[in-house]
Parts: sequence; C-alpha cells; structure tokens
Amino acid sequence: MEWSFVIEKLILVFIIFVVTLLIAMYSTLAERKIAGFMQDRYGPDRAGLFGILQPLCDGGKFFFKEEIIPAGAHKALFILGPTIAIITACISSAVIPWGQELQIGDRTISLQVADVNVGILYMFGVIALGVYGIMLGGWASNNKFSLMGAIRAASQSISYEIAMGLSIIALLMVTQSLSLKEIVAQQSGFVNWNIWAQPLGFIIFMVCAFAECNRVPFDLPECETELVGGYHTEYSSMKLGLYMFSEYINMFVSSALMASLYFGGYNFPFMNDLGLSANMITILGVVVFFIKILLFIFFFMWVRWTLPRFRYDQLMNLGWKMLIPLAIANIVLTGVFTLIKDTYFS
Amino acid sequence: MQLTNRKKVIEQKPMTFAERIYFPAIVKGLRITLRHFFKKIPTIKYPEEIRPYSKNFRGQHSLKRDEEGRERCTACGLCALSCPAEAITMTAAERKKGEEHLYREEKYASVYEINMLRCIFCGLCEEACPKEAIYLDGPHVTADYLRKDFIYGKDKLVEPTFDITKLKS
Repeated sequence: MEWSFVIEKLILVFIIFVVTLLIAMYSTLAERKIAGFMQDRYGPDRAGLFGILQPLCDGGKFFFKEEIIPAGAHKALFILGPTIAIITACISSAVIPWGQELQIGDRTISLQVADVNVGILYMFGVIALGVYGIMLGGWASNNKFSLMGAIRAASQSISYEIAMGLSIIALLMVTQSLSLKEIVAQQSGFVNWNIWAQPLGFIIFMVCAFAECNRVPFDLPECETELVGGYHTEYSSMKLGLYMFSEYINMFVSSALMASLYFGGYNFPFMNDLGLSANMITILGVVVFFIKILLFIFFFMWVRWTLPRFRYDQLMNLGWKMLIPLAIANIVLTGVFTLIKDTYFS
Repeated sequence: MQLTNRKKVIEQKPMTFAERIYFPAIVKGLRITLRHFFKKIPTIKYPEEIRPYSKNFRGQHSLKRDEEGRERCTACGLCALSCPAEAITMTAAERKKGEEHLYREEKYASVYEINMLRCIFCGLCEEACPKEAIYLDGPHVTADYLRKDFIYGKDKLVEPTFDITKLKS
C-alpha cells in the first residue's frame, strides 16, 4: 500500500467525519425549526441570524454542565454507553459511496472510504452494535426508568432488525450484490432506481429504519412522557450530548443508506446525457446525494411532528405480525417476478 | 330508562383493514402538518415588532401640562375619590409667589402617587378630572422586582415639558 493512498483515505475520512458532525449539529436546529413551523411558530431564532448559532450555544452549554455519575451506577459501563453509541454511529458511514470517482491529474480517487464487498452486512453489523450503547447506558444507570428504556430499545431493535434484514434480502435478489458501491452503480439514471423494483421493500425498510433510529413513532426507549428520559435519564453534560448526537448521526446514516439502496445514491436523471465531464458529474452526483439525504432527514422530522408514539404492544404487533410477514411475502413476490422475467422476457 | 334522546352509545368497532395498516391515516396527518409548514406564522416577534395598540387603549397614566407647560392638576381629589381600586393618593399644597410658571392654579399636588398594582385601568379618574389633567394614554406598565417600585410618583407620571418654540424652529 502506498502512502498517498493512505493520506487520500485519511483526508476523505476526515471530511466525512466533519460533514457528519456538521449535519448532526444542524439537524438539532432543523428539528426545532421544523417543529416550530409545523406548529405555526418560529423555532429558535435569537442566536444569530435565524438561530444559526443555536447548535454552537447548545454544544457549549453541554460542555459547561456538571457531569454527574450516580452513586449506584456501574462507572465503567456508564461511561462506555455513550462512547459505544457515538463510535458505532460514526463508523457506520464508512461503506457508503458518496460519489463516483474523482480524477485529479492521473490519480483516480474513489469517494468511498472502504469498498467492502459485503458492505450491507458491515452496515447491519454496526447498526446492531449501536443498540449496545443504549443497553449498557440504561443498565449501568441503576435506575428503573433507564432500565425500562434500555430493555425496550433492545427488544425493539431485535424485532425490527429481522424485518429490515428480510426487506434487504428481496433487494439483494434484484441487485445480486452485497457491495454498496455495486448496488449504487447499478441504479444509474432514473428508471433503474431500486424503488421502482422494490416499493414494498422500501416501505418496510423505512419503517424499520425509523424504529432502529429510535425516532417517533417508535421512540419508546426514551419516551419522555412515561420514562422521564428513558435510557438517558441519569445522563448529564456531554455524555447526554453524545447520546443525542449519535441519534442524529444514526438518522443521517440511515438516510444515506435509504438514498443509496433505493433512490440511486449519487445517480440523477439524465446524468450521462448532459455532456458534462466525468469530474463534473461526480461533483453534481455528490450534491444530488446530499440533497436526497437531506430530504430523508426532513421526512424523519416531518413524521416526528405528525405522529404520536405507538403503544408498546402495538409496536410489537406491527413488527412481528405485520412487517415480518409482509417482508417474507415481498421476498416471494420478488422471486416470482424475477423468475417470470428471466423465463419470458430475456 | 332513557328520558331524553341525548344519550348516544358509541360502540367500538373493530378497525377496518385500511385503518389497521395505518398508512392512509399517516398520509392524511402528514398532509396536515405540511400545510401548516407553509402557513403564515402569526407570532409577533416582540422586541422588534410591537403589536399596534387600539386607539382607546388605556395604559399608564400621565399628568398633563397646559400649553404654557404648567401642571394642570389642582389636587381637587376627584380622581382619588372616583377610583374604585383606591390606587390614587395625593397631598395638596398652595402655590407660592414666583411659581406661577409651574402650576396653573393656586392649588397643586405636591405629592401624587398611583399604585400600579392596585390600578385596574378603568379610566374613571380620567372621566372624573375637571381639569383634563390625567389621561391613561401611556404604554403598558412594565414589570419590576419590588412592590414599592410600582408606586409611581410625579417623577414618572407628569409628562415631560417641551418647549413649543423649539418645536417650530
């Protein structure tokens, strides 16, 4: 391995890290602004123009708050909880292809940190790890409410991961590949987007993504009204900040995943007919990809300020009795259609 | 037995398929929130924007001066008498020689206090005044920390003098 390759990747990692943090930061502001607009009021608009400086103020406040570790808490695990949450949130974006290749001089730079050929599996593994952060944190707090939140988080993510995995299997039957780069490259143009082949699969995947991110209507792990703050009841200062941050990063990454699995990632309509240079297309592709991601993030927030929370039994019913059978039906349907297509239309 | 026909028994029907898959209801809800997203926001951003007062708004009192800048109040006490909340107190004093440019008549109020915590802004003092000396034409009475600070004396109530000759030039 040559040095330039390492440096190139390090720069890419750094940029992605910074962008992720920036988006997570401004998601907090966007969330409050969108909540405001949907409830016929302005969100925070006192700190800077339109409240642009609000996330900085919040971050600064987090740092200056007193850090409390409860006397009965398991100290090591209590600290490990938010650490795992933020680390898993950050490393899950490694396999997402942010764009095509960039040609600088005679070097070709791939805008993907790691082209793992089982990218989706990596993704799922990391996302599944993410729940340990919540579980450990909730358990180590030595608090009933935290423990309840943690248990809910664990059972919720186990239930919804099954449906999520099943919906992905149907997608894999279409794409015939586990590499995210390959999957996105297949969806060039507009008609090749996987959403047209897998509408049901997309809906199942999206519902599960909501559940995996602990977003409303599936925010049972932290439901403020019943469990005080759920798993982060006992957390204060920047440790709480890390939990919140990891939630927003997870939202960003799952938006990116949905955009690249079903909505063509960096592909946009007529990308090869405009007569642009390859680099130009790549840059435009990155911009388009981010627009798609931001739209998904907006959708996450839009849903949050529309729907009430599910009851716990409703959540389990939806997961086990609706989504899993639907996902299996989707696999069967996909199989039948592929068979018909291969026998009669090839 | 039912005496009136007003009682309505609502039976809980099992959810239909459309209701059970939630999606139509969710789409409906999303449309409502999106409509609100683009609605005009009725909030008035207070320090920058101030809601216009109505013409007959009754705010803080002011003790008026006449066209030569002399206090109109003669300390007759009718305002204090008419006040249903008993918010007004005053002490009368006699005008000395050489003070003709300060007070219009021979008697004036040396102390004039309104307790803004008692005042109900009914405007009866304004109506009772025979000398057109008191009007409730000011802004809102602002918040304060101590009760004693809500007793407004002449320093806050008497309107500031202004030189009409200066205004013309």
